[in-house]
Amino acid sequence: MPTFVRTEKCDGCKGQDRTACMYICPHDLMKLDKDGSETGHAMKSFNQEPDQCWECYSCIKICPQQAIEARPYADIVPLGASVQPLRGTDSIMWTIKFRNGTMKRFKFPIRTTPEGSIDPYGGKPEADMSKIAEPGFFVQVNGYRAGDPSELIRK
Amino acid sequence: MAGEFGNPEVVQEEVDILIIGGGMAACGAAYELGPWLDAAKKDGHDISVKLVDKAAMDRSGAVAQGLSAINTYIGSEQDPADYARMVSNDLMGITRDDLAYDLGRHVDESVHLFEEWGLPIWKTDENGERFDGSKGMTPLKDGGKPVRSGKWQIMINGESYKWIVAEAAKKALGTDRIQERVFIVKLVNDKNDSNRIAGAVGFSTREDKVFVYKAKAILLVAGGCVNIFRPRSVGEGQGRAWYPVWNAGSTYAMAAEAGAELTLMENRFVPTRFKDGYGPVGAWFLLFKAKATNAFGEVYMDRNKEMLNDYPPYGQAAVPASCLRNHLMLKEMREGRGPIYMDTVTALANLRETLSPREVKHLEAEAWEDFLDMCIGQCGIWAGENIEPEKKNSELMPTEPYLLGSHSGCCGIWVSGPTDVGAPTEETESGVPEHLPSGWHWGYRGMTTVNGLFTAGDGVGASGHKFSSGSHAEGRMCAKSMVQYVIDNKEYNVELADSVDDLVAEIYQPVKTYLEFKDYSTAIDVNPNYITPRMLQFRLQKAMDEYVAGVATYYTTNEKMLSVAEEKLNDLKEDALKMRAKDLHELLRAWENYHRILTAEAHMKHIQFREESRYPGFYYRMDKNFVDEENWHCFVNSVYDRSTKTWTCFKRAHVDIVDKAKLFK
Ligand SMILES: Cc1cc2nc3c(=O)[nH]c(=O)nc-3n(C[C@H](O)[C@H](O)[C@H](O)COP(=O)(O)OP(=O)(O)OC[C@H]3O[C@@H](n4cnc5c(N)ncnc54)[C@H](O)[C@@H]3O)c2cc1C
Ligand code: SF4
Ligand code: SF4
Repeated sequence: MPTFVRTEKCDGCKGQDRTACMYICPHDLMKLDKDGSETGHAMKSFNQEPDQCWECYSCIKICPQQAIEARPYADIVPLGASVQPLRGTDSIMWTIKFRNGTMKRFKFPIRTTPEGSIDPYGGKPEADMSKIAEPGFFVQVNGYRAGDPSELIRK
Repeated sequence: MAGEFGNPEVVQEEVDILIIGGGMAACGAAYELGPWLDAAKKDGHDISVKLVDKAAMDRSGAVAQGLSAINTYIGSEQDPADYARMVSNDLMGITRDDLAYDLGRHVDESVHLFEEWGLPIWKTDENGERFDGSKGMTPLKDGGKPVRSGKWQIMINGESYKWIVAEAAKKALGTDRIQERVFIVKLVNDKNDSNRIAGAVGFSTREDKVFVYKAKAILLVAGGCVNIFRPRSVGEGQGRAWYPVWNAGSTYAMAAEAGAELTLMENRFVPTRFKDGYGPVGAWFLLFKAKATNAFGEVYMDRNKEMLNDYPPYGQAAVPASCLRNHLMLKEMREGRGPIYMDTVTALANLRETLSPREVKHLEAEAWEDFLDMCIGQCGIWAGENIEPEKKNSELMPTEPYLLGSHSGCCGIWVSGPTDVGAPTEETESGVPEHLPSGWHWGYRGMTTVNGLFTAGDGVGASGHKFSSGSHAEGRMCAKSMVQYVIDNKEYNVELADSVDDLVAEIYQPVKTYLEFKDYSTAIDVNPNYITPRMLQFRLQKAMDEYVAGVATYYTTNEKMLSVAEEKLNDLKEDALKMRAKDLHELLRAWENYHRILTAEAHMKHIQFREESRYPGFYYRMDKNFVDEENWHCFVNSVYDRSTKTWTCFKRAHVDIVDKAKLFK
């Protein structure tokens, strides 16, 4: 399912330095065609190597214009299906359209805290240098499993 | 002028700790570092850090699209020793118990933090009814009960898993210590001590810049290796690999070139997945209790169960090793009883009989969410082929092989383990090169055999089944040991063994080659003076597929085929010097494929050295088609010599640290 960009929806992220889709693609696939020399559509993005697309949907989820969609790979899948997300701040909504027209909609939670709210060390202790060579981390959150010593047969 | 295509600007930076990668392990390290850096500072040690990722941390690495489960959560009811036993049996008896056990002790700490940061984790209430992670039930750390989809796995709503973990890591480290879109090409050893790390070089995929980092300690966590074998789909779908197509073996290749000892590079993972989309099967087997059948509805795990007795004791555990499950399935395919199906129809019908109405309503959503959270492409296939799992069964297929150390595979780098679990301090096999350590720990947890070079996650060999949570925890362990290492080596000033000019020239050679020859022919891709990275990759995949037990030969090879592969890979390595790059994007592809070639070579060399078939169902050496416990119940390790471009393989003794007999009682 390589991604494609809808011509009439993409606004090139309003001419900013870096577009959202270029920023996010883990495989460096999305590219802004600044002058239209590559696609015929100036200041719009495209997938420059569709057969390398992992279909991770990162670009689709992040595009502020919802301009990116995915078409199932043409060498395998019959035409007509689509799977499209709308990612909000605490949930994601999916619309799945089957080749035969069947539609399914799902909504799933994605996080329980507001985006950007993580306070990594808030309420956490300082690290104790005297323990740096011992097992365990700087903070214990009730997850360290010391284990039954009799299981270690060579000790 | 510097900063143009073909004439990059050179940025030099000196730090104490360099982290290469921004995935789960790197995020773990970034998080754990903060307080230790503060503590070190109080003792008068000002330690500088940089993290470089080829992509954007929010969505980089294997967790880019999210996950639907955390596959390693021990819980208070299980012992790290149980976990180490499971890891061992699944990987046919040869893993480092010390590493698995240590991971088992630490991993839940990371899971509890994920939940605190906002990752929704499914829970069950006191009546055993399950709820998704948005319901704000008792957190795991306070005794909340997760929904187990297996003995070690817990279910999550994980679309934003990486986003959340990266947010914590980025805040912990601070954005000025992070450089995204830099691809690291090679590590540089120390001028005065060839077994010490001194730095790394890479380039920006956005600007004409080469980055030369000098560093005392380096954490190399660039993931596993995908696309060294010809994928089952060779058209538009070839990028839809099972493991992330962007992890190109950088970890193994760069470590090998720096002289680090690798281990079990013969091991590979050939997951059985939903055909063509690689959709995960774990939840179907474990949570929905579905069965896989041949075309005639026969459950091959039952039909062929006596085949498990050919591989004692690994076939006889309650859960037989993953490769053996493939082995039983492949018999059906070879003998013409395919396609293989996941019987989703019966499974869902059965569940409807036992669950509450509210749960039934959620059931269908759960089945779809399993894909939507980590393998969206599979939904596209189901939708395109009009497959509704309650009405129509889906085909399963074993994939092309992948190399990785954190999922259900165990190739990777040989690292120093914990000192307090009874690990060996001596080596009993002969033939280990003199300069390498003899026991299983040499000072710093997570350090490779190269001083100052650390790894975690997919990088650590001989201890699979860490998954996302374990990779994060392992990165955290490395953070501590790197701080320790830097303090202990405060007085040592590293120096790069190679000149900066040479390093820059080497990295930009594909660009130079392109600019020099591009006008020789009228078609830029067909030119006798260079090879495109794309064709280089096709050649690699063809050789591996046809001679090193890819899908073309039903995962079989032999000594003769391996020597053909050896020749072909040698030629390929030579031709890699003629890679071209017409832009920065292609320069990225060029060096990714170079890393793939070296990783592939290590894989081939190890299979050649190990004169048995340790992982039936993943690969068969047909000239040695048996498991030979007497001679090969050992690690196969190797080192690479960058100057002669040759590998040396050798054995290391295997030792049990926990009692495996308990698996079979
Ligand atoms: C389809 C799929 C399903 C999975 N299912 C589960 C599951 O259900 N539960 C679970 O717990 N785990 C699961 N995993 C496993 C989990 O994702 C991995 O174990 C974990 O991400 C490994 O962590 P890592 O840090 O080693 O590698 P990654 O997270 O892959 O990170 C690698 C990093 O290195 C960077 N990089 C690569 N090369 C370079 C270079 N040369 N220079 C600079 N940076 C580079 C990448 O951009 C990335 O940031 C799954 C993985 C996949 C792909
Ligand atoms: S993120 Fe969307 S709007 Fe922005 S450039 Fe990409 S496709 Fe266009
Ligand atoms: S779906 Fe993923 S791999 Fe494909 S273009 Fe978008 S971000 Fe890149």
